[in-house]
Amino acid sequence: MSPDPAEAQDAARPHLSPARVLDVDPLLDDPDTRIVVCCGSGGVGKTTTAAALGLRAAERGRKVVVLTIDPARRLAQSMGIDSLDNVPRRVKGTEGDGELHAMMLDMKRTFDEVVEAHADRERAAAILANPFYQSLSAGFAGTQEYMAMEKLGQLRARDEWDLIVVDTPPSRSALDFLDAPKRLGSFLDGRLIRLLTAPAKLGGRAGMAFLNVGMSMMTGTLGRLLGGQLLKDVQTFVAAMDTTFGGFRTRADATYKLLQAPGTAFLVVAAPERDALREAAYFVERLAAEDMPLMGLVLNRVHGTGAGRLSAERALDAAENLEDPRIVDQGDGKAGLRNSPDTYGSSESPAATPSAPDDGSPAGTDDGSPAADPERTVDQLTAGLLRLHAERMQLLSREQHTRDRFLARHPEVAVVEVPALPGDVHDLPGLRDIGDRLAAGRTELS
Amino acid sequence: MSRLQVVSGKGGTGKTTVAAALALALATEGKRTLLVEVEGRQGIAQLFETDALPYEERKIAVAPGGGEVYALAIDPELALLDYLQMFYKLGGAGRALKKLGAIDFATTVAPGLRDVLLTGKACEAVRRKDKAGRFTYDYVVMDAPPTGRITRFLNVNDEVAGLAKIGPIHNQAQAVMRVLKSPETAVHLVTLLEEMPVQETADGIAELRAARLPVGRVIVNMVRPRVLDAADLELVRTVPRSSVAQALSAAGLGGARRGGHAERLVDPLLEQAAEYTERYALEQEQRAVLGELELPLHELPLLAEGMDLAGLYELATELRKQGLS
Repeated sequence: MSPDPAEAQDAARPHLSPARVLDVDPLLDDPDTRIVVCCGSGGVGKTTTAAALGLRAAERGRKVVVLTIDPARRLAQSMGIDSLDNVPRRVKGTEGDGELHAMMLDMKRTFDEVVEAHADRERAAAILANPFYQSLSAGFAGTQEYMAMEKLGQLRARDEWDLIVVDTPPSRSALDFLDAPKRLGSFLDGRLIRLLTAPAKLGGRAGMAFLNVGMSMMTGTLGRLLGGQLLKDVQTFVAAMDTTFGGFRTRADATYKLLQAPGTAFLVVAAPERDALREAAYFVERLAAEDMPLMGLVLNRVHGTGAGRLSAERALDAAENLEDPRIVDQGDGKAGLRNSPDTYGSSESPAATPSAPDDGSPAGTDDGSPAADPERTVDQLTAGLLRLHAERMQLLSREQHTRDRFLARHPEVAVVEVPALPGDVHDLPGLRDIGDRLAAGRTELS
Repeated sequence: MSRLQVVSGKGGTGKTTVAAALALALATEGKRTLLVEVEGRQGIAQLFETDALPYEERKIAVAPGGGEVYALAIDPELALLDYLQMFYKLGGAGRALKKLGAIDFATTVAPGLRDVLLTGKACEAVRRKDKAGRFTYDYVVMDAPPTGRITRFLNVNDEVAGLAKIGPIHNQAQAVMRVLKSPETAVHLVTLLEEMPVQETADGIAELRAARLPVGRVIVNMVRPRVLDAADLELVRTVPRSSVAQALSAAGLGGARRGGHAERLVDPLLEQAAEYTERYALEQEQRAVLGELELPLHELPLLAEGMDLAGLYELATELRKQGLS
């Protein structure tokens, strides 16, 4: 769109460039890529990125399923999955030979399925009816994370799709989903469980008597704290779950290994904002520590400009000149730098209130009425355009700064930038557009 | 004015920033506020440019007029031990419980217990009084979990009271619910003028109302300045390119002729104006949606220099001006 993008690109991006540009198409096309996990903090366009990647892969011929956790309603509708039923549905309207399926995670239903798969019918019924279980399956911090990983394992085991794209839960910390299976696993292996299931067993052993006293004190304490009935619920629940725990743990381990396996690719999604990139850096380090294969960083909502050679300062100077014709001779003069925050709070544009002719000079009698002086109005508009540009340049410099800080810390990470769009995505063409931008590999300058 | 101010919002809307600015605003004129963090992210420390906060109330800022802002990052594990100590004098037994994994269990696995402890600690700070019988803190501001989880988070004590039908946990849960459902509490939601956060705000308010939790205000954060007015937006569609080029040239930006410096700026600048127009129309739509919520609506500006400590004071002043404190 810009008359001279190459030149503008140079001017607008004089800072660090990523050593590697993330190219998503080879990743999506490679039949060995079986799982793509999109992770990152909340509000950075993670779900949209997952959906766009899924659509792109499908339209390039693959059979894809996208697992979303908590999609915005209209994004879900754009893929035709506004009903939450925990089952992948074919998305209509895709182009090409591939297929796109999409589903929304229902964590309670997924948990129930796990119980039903691992316990005999009678025991399963007892567990599902237990009030403690009902609360646990819908509520405990980490259930969503754990169930997302469980569902991923299930989808992979069915082997009906050759690519699974997973969106991760909007956790307080983007890392929770890695920890949830381990946390649950360590709980299930824990001494507390043994205490709750069979406190009596310990009593028989010689030398454990003192511990046993401690134990009964503990159960007593727990009973006092929780109320006897809740403790009983917990004990019944734990007893009922006992036989299924082995299966649980095996599954959690298998899913964790699946994430480390070749064929799994992690994409960290962020926006060029301090907090989002801090989380992203955290994630990059954590994935490395866990031997999880990081493919790169998707940087959403990056702004560009076609007029990068005009700095914010010069644009503001020029705007001043236009608003106050009396100092028009000072092309590069210090016409008084004005920052855009100064303009905030007045409901009308600064251009609509030109410098007051307070010195009573006869030249300054126009009151900005558009019909009276079209020249003046074009000047006002142009001043507005320049202020808008100054604002854009300030934003660009902030974005570049945060991005450069990230790259300085993680030069090894391949990056793809996706330009900011004015609105949200509501339909397949919108997702397709995002996919094109993801594949373009760099900011398309507007 | 409610003494417990809960601030929630979709991820990325800047709820921590707004909570901190609100704590500062409420502290002006000699008041004392406590800013509480519940998600273990150390967002407050980053915002106030201090070291990571321990589980301890400590002064982090002085407000204009001599007020003080204290901050507390609640650690659920320590909060539980605290609680056991307070009610049962369980020093040693607490440590033993920890060894057994019971504390871990209680704070990570047990349904909602973690949230019970977090809300419980905040309510305790709200009710705490000094020896003279005055409230220790005039206001407690909580940087709460995001909109998608807020109702469940605040309502967890209801669930717990149902699970533990008797006993101290039951009583504690009910006491917390009494504070949270009273006019002592106000839940504010932070949003941006974008579709998804606005939709989530509307959904969140419906959920809060259904749970009979007191909804406070909607705070639109990072509002961009109005640069072009209606007349500009009208004109921008029809203005001859050459007139803009001449105006740019007159402002000292080079030649207006084809290929001249000023002329080559016209297209990119008009393109940016078109984006602005589109975005502005979308923002107006979202303003209208927020207007239908029938709640007090406030707007905070996007800070051109990015967010820092000075910016926080700026936002606090803005909140005061708009009558939030």
